[in-house]
Amino acid sequence: MAASVAADDQVSQSGGPNHGLRIFLIWLPLAVAADLLLYFVYGPHMPPGDMSNTAASQQFDIKVMSVLAAPIMLFVLIFAIYALIVWRRRPGDDGDGPPIFGHARIQATWITVTAVVVLFLAGFGTYELAWPGMAGAGAGEGPAPIWKPKGDNYLQVQVIAQQWKFTYRYPQFGGFETDQLVLPVGRPVQFNVTSLDVIHSFWAYQLGVKADANPGVNNVAYTTPLHTGTVTVRCAELCGLWHGAMFDYGDVVSVAQFQAWATHTETVLASVTKILPPYASTYDPTVVPQINAAMAKAGITGASGLFYPPQDPVQP
Amino acid sequence: MSLPARIVTLLVAFLAVVALALFVVIHYFLATTQTVDYSAGVTADTGAVVHVVMQEDPQNTVSTHPDWVSYFIQDPTTKQWLHTTVFKVPAGSRIDMTIYGYDGCTPLRNPFFGKVTGTIGETEDVNGKPYSQLNSWAGCHVGHTFSIPGINLNVPMASPDLSANLCGTSPCTTASPYRVMTFSFMSPKTTGDYFWQCRVPCGGGYLDGFGGPMQTIGFMTGNMEVVS
Repeated sequence: MAASVAADDQVSQSGGPNHGLRIFLIWLPLAVAADLLLYFVYGPHMPPGDMSNTAASQQFDIKVMSVLAAPIMLFVLIFAIYALIVWRRRPGDDGDGPPIFGHARIQATWITVTAVVVLFLAGFGTYELAWPGMAGAGAGEGPAPIWKPKGDNYLQVQVIAQQWKFTYRYPQFGGFETDQLVLPVGRPVQFNVTSLDVIHSFWAYQLGVKADANPGVNNVAYTTPLHTGTVTVRCAELCGLWHGAMFDYGDVVSVAQFQAWATHTETVLASVTKILPPYASTYDPTVVPQINAAMAKAGITGASGLFYPPQDPVQP
Repeated sequence: MSLPARIVTLLVAFLAVVALALFVVIHYFLATTQTVDYSAGVTADTGAVVHVVMQEDPQNTVSTHPDWVSYFIQDPTTKQWLHTTVFKVPAGSRIDMTIYGYDGCTPLRNPFFGKVTGTIGETEDVNGKPYSQLNSWAGCHVGHTFSIPGINLNVPMASPDLSANLCGTSPCTTASPYRVMTFSFMSPKTTGDYFWQCRVPCGGGYLDGFGGPMQTIGFMTGNMEVVS
């Protein structure tokens, strides 16, 4: 690009048209229009929406990146199209172009602009992800999260992934387990994501939350729902035969509705809650004494939490 | 190597590759599992009663994986036990299930699935006695589950006593120790395939018991085809 623009410069110095100015004048209104459309028209519909603070933050980040990327993409396209039209080979023109060995001003401008854009995005992304008071990434941060939302009035929800269903435990409501994800609007939620078997991934799309579900690991993610509505939950990690069917729908409801649901569900599921293991951050069978006792009763033993010893009855 | 020899070698190699590709396509991609039709002669969406009979065995001696645990389905006409886990039912009908449990116990990884859900009355009968949940961590008397997530159906399958001498040849007969589970549910009004699965990690020899038969149609998972 620098070489071509240098050629423009030479032409314009020799009295020809100022190609750089022409390209700029074509580019500028298109870039402004594209940015306005992207931010104000398409922006509010960009994924994942604004149902939670993490989702809204992700949508804002995508809008900012789109607004920055669109003018650059437009410049490249306009330059390419302009070059194809204006500098195309004419009939009978078999000569080489002029030898060009660089152009310090253009090169410096290009390096400066791209460096500023990239460094700005790095700083902006870091600020958005990690700055206290911001919404965070909505992603799993492992068992010892570095970033936490302000305050400690979290609703704790354990997400238990298993082939091929998510179940949810509410330790602050007697530890009941259910296959319904219900959250109150306006209250920060701490998801503790784990797995019983293979690796899954808990993806609550409209909440902007995605966290891998690893067996034996408590993967913590935070969000605060801002609006009531339906949340689509999908497994985002290929996890076996029926991976494609591993989805469900959750609800964000008012605080009063949530309290009523939680109290009712705690009562209805009291009998099954009694046979659940005590609430723990993971379901690692090596640390759940009831599982090991049941295994021993069944005559099934094995090291490292395996249900079966390696030789019984076949090896994959 | 002479030119004819090279041509012959090339042809043989080409044909070998084609044969291998055909084998993979036919054996794996086009292989179908037999479907047991319980919908014949039944009008959908009338609440008609359909009686589906299955059994779960400690092995499958009529397959290439004789040491895999397996479900079988009974043909409603011939009463023969078929090595398949795909069955067809009419939409909007009452499905009366009878499942013979011949396999021994294995505790659920998640005892939450010891609760009966999705059946009429939210219960199952085990040997004629109603239960709303079975605790697989106490007493070890759950062998498998029959679960259709798409309609929130989950029914734990009781197992014979720990000391029982389990059936060794499939399909099992009532001469071997067993428990019989009966329950009913309504088939959905929306037609389509509803997969079903076992939630007990019974894939012996595979990591945490979740491989092998747990992942293979014809053994511990299959489809309920709901038709109009």
